[in-house]
Amino acid sequence: MFAKKFVNQKFLLNEILSKNVQKFINTQKLATNPYNKSCLQISRRHLNSTPLSSVLSPEQLATSGAAPSTTSTSAPVDVMAEDVPEFPGSRSKWTETLRFILPEHFEGIPVYRVMNRKGIVIEPSEDPNLSQDMVTKIYKGMTILNSMDRVLYESQRQGRISFYMTNYGEEGTHFGSAAAINDDDLVFGQYREAGVLMWRGFKLDKFMAQCYGNCDDLEKGRQMPVHYGSRDHYFVSISSPLATQMPQAVGAAYALKREAKGRCVICYFGEGAASEGDAQAALNFAATLNAPIIFFCRNNGYAISTPTHEQYRGDGIASRGPAFGIPSVRVDGNDVLAVYNATRQARSICVDESRPVLIEAMTYRIGHHSTSDDSSAYRSVDEVKQWHQKDHPISRTRKYMEHKNWWNEEMEKSWKEEAKRQVMSAFTNAEKQLKPNWMDMFTDVYHEMPDNLTEQMEELRKHLDLYKEHYPINNFKQ
Amino acid sequence: MSSKILNKLSHNILGVVAKRKCLSSGGMECWNRSVTHFTFNPQTPSTKSGDTTRMNLFQAVNNALDIALTTDPTAAIFGEDVAFGGVFRCTVGLQDKFGKDRVFNTPLCEQGIAGFGIGMAAAGATAIAEIQFADYIFPAFDQLVNEAAKFRYRSGNQFDCGSLTVRAPCGAVGHGAMYHSQSVEAYFAHCPGLKVVIPRGPIQAKGLLLSCIRDKNPCLFFEPKILYRLAVEQVPLKDYMIPLSKAEVLVEGHDVTLIGWGTQVHVLHEVCQMASDQLNVSCELIDLVTVLPWDKQTIINSVKKTGRVLIAHEAPITGGFGAEIAATIQKECFLNLEAPIYRVCGYDTPFPHIFEPFYLPDKWKCFDAIKKLINF
Repeated sequence: MFAKKFVNQKFLLNEILSKNVQKFINTQKLATNPYNKSCLQISRRHLNSTPLSSVLSPEQLATSGAAPSTTSTSAPVDVMAEDVPEFPGSRSKWTETLRFILPEHFEGIPVYRVMNRKGIVIEPSEDPNLSQDMVTKIYKGMTILNSMDRVLYESQRQGRISFYMTNYGEEGTHFGSAAAINDDDLVFGQYREAGVLMWRGFKLDKFMAQCYGNCDDLEKGRQMPVHYGSRDHYFVSISSPLATQMPQAVGAAYALKREAKGRCVICYFGEGAASEGDAQAALNFAATLNAPIIFFCRNNGYAISTPTHEQYRGDGIASRGPAFGIPSVRVDGNDVLAVYNATRQARSICVDESRPVLIEAMTYRIGHHSTSDDSSAYRSVDEVKQWHQKDHPISRTRKYMEHKNWWNEEMEKSWKEEAKRQVMSAFTNAEKQLKPNWMDMFTDVYHEMPDNLTEQMEELRKHLDLYKEHYPINNFKQ
Repeated sequence: MSSKILNKLSHNILGVVAKRKCLSSGGMECWNRSVTHFTFNPQTPSTKSGDTTRMNLFQAVNNALDIALTTDPTAAIFGEDVAFGGVFRCTVGLQDKFGKDRVFNTPLCEQGIAGFGIGMAAAGATAIAEIQFADYIFPAFDQLVNEAAKFRYRSGNQFDCGSLTVRAPCGAVGHGAMYHSQSVEAYFAHCPGLKVVIPRGPIQAKGLLLSCIRDKNPCLFFEPKILYRLAVEQVPLKDYMIPLSKAEVLVEGHDVTLIGWGTQVHVLHEVCQMASDQLNVSCELIDLVTVLPWDKQTIINSVKKTGRVLIAHEAPITGGFGAEIAATIQKECFLNLEAPIYRVCGYDTPFPHIFEPFYLPDKWKCFDAIKKLINF
């Protein structure tokens, strides 16, 4: 910051230079030397004890692992040669060496984890020490989401609902992050975040109602299945166009900041959606407008059939954050404790410092993209099996709980039966309900119904009076 | 139009166009054209309006924004270059008065501006976004059409972005060529959930903009940029609103119905006079005002009386909003029509630079159409 101010204020720079040249040069070196590796050791303990901005600045992140430059080690020369560029567009030093910054110079951003695949916490000080109740709630949530996924996936296969998307393998990202934020923080999702809504108490009946588009659906049967939304749960209705929610989430975060009630926004998206123009808009707007928002990227390796090496050539999504001036971190998305820790810390930065944070959760999409997709057409069954068996957020959490003696085989068995019973009961109930009244097709287009829609609704009413036997009118509320 | 105003206008457009880096330094003399294709017809405020003051269109917009921010503490204005007052001066003084968190620049990214506005509105704030030229609204098309317009419907009225208004300068300006001249209303008229509004002068601009900002639906407010400085009226100082979806009969007549909006209303106003003087034809002039949802009834009533219709707009004819109006009139007034419905519009070409005088649906083209309508 010290050096940046000088860059922007030439007169001040000159004044200081003339007063105390050597002092300035020393300060500048300290403040801007990106190769000061001691700054880069980032752990939760550091973050707890030190204001984050002093530990994890974007420029430090951006240059982590870069090869040392020749200018930074050269001996002090003529004073005037040590001046700094005055271009308004950057905060740089001069260099007389032509050197392109190569992505190869950067190590991949490390994946933060708390427990290993056996559920053993590696660094005890990183254990968030969540209560037994909380971990049990997370575990039960993940497993019941898994049960619901199985039932609804099958029901689509049987033609009972038109479409479905499972959450297999990504349950940890949902519950770990949802548990770390406040229940009235506003959520903008993509479509594979049902666990967040479930954590907040959205009932199985309501999930099913949405998928069936029945008269209990809060969205009145207007959207495709899995496009959930609930005002009561601060979960903004999902829409199909990818990444559109990202700049919207930034706007909402800005509005919450002005409201000054300490709320923030979390915005989920996949690594494929991150290629959309809206993603770049969102990151840039959030940074420049200081919006309190957590960008949460689920990097599960695929966007439908497209593997990540066809999606991007950089170091995933997390590496883009520092380029926008956004504190960023990469976590093991199958480690619910790591996701929890990262999201919790991100929330503090957001709210306390009023700035965005980017979390990239590395995971693997175990299920097909959707019920309209057969993923064996583009990836091997063995690859999927590997992730399912060796590195699954549910089994890892279960192992963690077993180490603590919070869970055992017997409890597992009875919970599985209970979960299945709850899911099946909601399922049968949802299937029995009528669809909403056909007139709901015309409402809510506008706040008020304009004349053209009133006319069109009347036209349809008259038409149905004459031709109702050709329409599925008995499935709909009268 | 005084030369002083014209010079200011030219200067302003020049600055903005150069900003977009799309023109070379040549050909500047043609920007000092001393004729416009219309004469602005100022409106007289009603006697009940209270105190008024002379304002041009950009000042009326500024005044509406000032009132909107004063009366609604959640309201914020944002877009490219709005902080210093905007490239058309519409937001002058507002940042000083209301603070940097309420009037601020965004990065140069239209899809971001629209998305950001939708999000602000969804979180309960009043969002007034500016797109620098309507020509550059297309990067935000997805956000406006797939998101803003459908936000309430798809959530079952749990969420909405009704407190979003997007303002954008539109229409011909004499030398704006392809990307500083477009009239984009028809693209959005095909999108249920949006409101599309275009004023014809300062009094209208203020009242309609306040209505858009306070309406519970996402609104697109297109400001004819050629009127920013050129259109001057005695604008009421008070906080007032003009209803949306209500067309206005500006001149009553009984032979031909003329329908237009924005600048074109002034072209048609001159045509009314020409038709009366030279053809002894009595024209009824209607300003549509709101393109979506539009006021069918006012138009149907007029056509039932006159039996002849001319619709004129600057945008290209094919797929233009005139087609929608014509089809509706044809269905509702079939037995009253005495001649085919005429549309005098822009040609089906991109908006040209040096050919603008030939491109526009000017008064002579409209006058000729009236002759044909009468003699059919």
